[in-house]
Amino acid sequence: MELLMSVAIGILFSVGTYLILSRSILRIILGTGIMSHGSHLLILTMGGLKRGAAPLLSEQATVFTDPLPQALILTSIVISFGVTGFFFVLAYRSYRELGTDDMDELRGEEHE
Amino acid sequence: MNNLVVMPIVLPLLTGAVLIFFREQIIVQRFLSLVSVVVLIVISFLLMQQVKQEGIQTLYAGGWLPPFGIALVADMFAMLLVLTTAIVALCCLWFSFRSIGNPRERYYFYPLFQFLLTGVCGSFLTGDIFNLFVFFEVMLMASYVLIAHGGTNIQLRETMKYILINSVSSTLFVCALAYLYSVLGTLNMADLSLRVAEAGQQGILNVIAVLFLIVFSLKAGLFLYFWLPGSYSAPPTAIAAVFAALLTKVGIYALFRTFTLIFYHDPGFTHQLIAWMAALTMIAGAIGAIAYQDVKQILVYNVVIAVGFIVFGLAAMTSASLQGAIFYLLHDMIIKAALFLLGGAVIGIAGTSQLKRMGGLIRRHPLLGWLFFLAAIALAGVPPLSGFIGKLQLVQGGIQAQMYGIVGISLVSSLFVLYSVMKIFMNSFWGETGESPIGGESQGGGALKGLLAPCAVLIGLSVVMGLGVEWMIPYIEAAAGTLLDPYIYIDAVLKE
Repeated sequence: MELLMSVAIGILFSVGTYLILSRSILRIILGTGIMSHGSHLLILTMGGLKRGAAPLLSEQATVFTDPLPQALILTSIVISFGVTGFFFVLAYRSYRELGTDDMDELRGEEHE
Repeated sequence: MNNLVVMPIVLPLLTGAVLIFFREQIIVQRFLSLVSVVVLIVISFLLMQQVKQEGIQTLYAGGWLPPFGIALVADMFAMLLVLTTAIVALCCLWFSFRSIGNPRERYYFYPLFQFLLTGVCGSFLTGDIFNLFVFFEVMLMASYVLIAHGGTNIQLRETMKYILINSVSSTLFVCALAYLYSVLGTLNMADLSLRVAEAGQQGILNVIAVLFLIVFSLKAGLFLYFWLPGSYSAPPTAIAAVFAALLTKVGIYALFRTFTLIFYHDPGFTHQLIAWMAALTMIAGAIGAIAYQDVKQILVYNVVIAVGFIVFGLAAMTSASLQGAIFYLLHDMIIKAALFLLGGAVIGIAGTSQLKRMGGLIRRHPLLGWLFFLAAIALAGVPPLSGFIGKLQLVQGGIQAQMYGIVGISLVSSLFVLYSVMKIFMNSFWGETGESPIGGESQGGGALKGLLAPCAVLIGLSVVMGLGVEWMIPYIEAAAGTLLDPYIYIDAVLKE
């Protein structure tokens, strides 16, 4: 299962990188989103996929799942959600102001 | 346990939240944010004295003891940085009252400034590496908005690049954390340090160390600084000064923390790599600083040179070089803020940032001219001012570590620093009055005096740091001592 997850993470990262390297701002933002999903899955996989009971003392289980990776992923998801949201708003605003969503056309005057 | 440790984080956070409700009352916003920063200075000074007398202060959030809960740790290094941050913030805030403009003030400039301070102070004080990531993001989120704030074309464009770079580097940060957690099973920095010492730092741990090096270098502008010139020259003066003084320094702090506390077992590999990156940063920064004829660009490349210079102290890892690096770090925060503010005032008066179109400003604005001159020689490290001691100790440390090549590069790059800032001084203040009609008359001398006061405070502080070295040394020694002997930090965090 870990092996399968690793392959999936690799695919997510390569898709993300491919999208970030393109010129359209929307694709770039989607690329960062997909890449951060890759990193969240990486935390989950590296923490060990679920093998034990929920980490509650009353369960009397012998093996518990480590709750920490899930807490980390939750924090990380919230942060990447916020950044992506702001990035989309900024992209929309710059599209309105600059009239283009093509990174190459944003160059303009370097040191005005 | 000391509840005061959390105050530098909670105070700006609460102030920022309260300020949002006073959107239309700008006077109230100014007053509250000023009070908050002054209280921050007082608190961090008190905390620093406590750290000096009683050793490292800690706070375990919710009473959860270290390897499990989140720890806040105030050691001398962190406290010196928090105190300097608060002082720089006070001066930049003061400068922004006169310069930032009503529309920006009404659209939440002051709350964002406080949130930025929350992130910066939090990054300095946290003892948990995942929380370092969280506070980094708090700081970055505020900085994204501050760079875009006002929404001129150049700001929008540069914010886009800045967010892209930082969100990719944050993704790498999360990956590095994931690997670290799977190998060592903990995220508390003191505990990490112990477990790395047990496991021996080689193979996979070196890979993780390099991943952290890449992430923090991106944030600090160490070698991977390509995003920095654009993003730091886009926003208005007061914001650019805060960024130049604080944001890269947080990355440098993270480098110092991880590579003195956690990954210090294989200096032949990691610290050698850091030394190379520092050398290349200094060379590239110096080339940038002398190549441009634009005030903002020259100042921005000076930020890059300073990063290389400070991190070289980390690479040498001797007592003298670490003390020098800490002293130079504090000096650089203060003097970079002053230089950026003065540079902004120069651009505001001349109406252009191109050196070729300026000239003769000193006739109408002598005080501005001499303050800029003082800031320039302080940056280059002329003896009575604060840059000298740090530089001297760094060079001594480098020679002790037998890194003669980099010592040479750092000395030559200092000359280029001096040349580049003197170029600004001579071209803008001396000579004939520039071709552009000088806007100084319309803006009035009174407005300019209001702008110069915070710069004068910063430069005065630099003189005090230079003359009061005797008074500073015990603090710097304590900070460097903790960095050199990680067990002081580990014992303080894990003892209970």
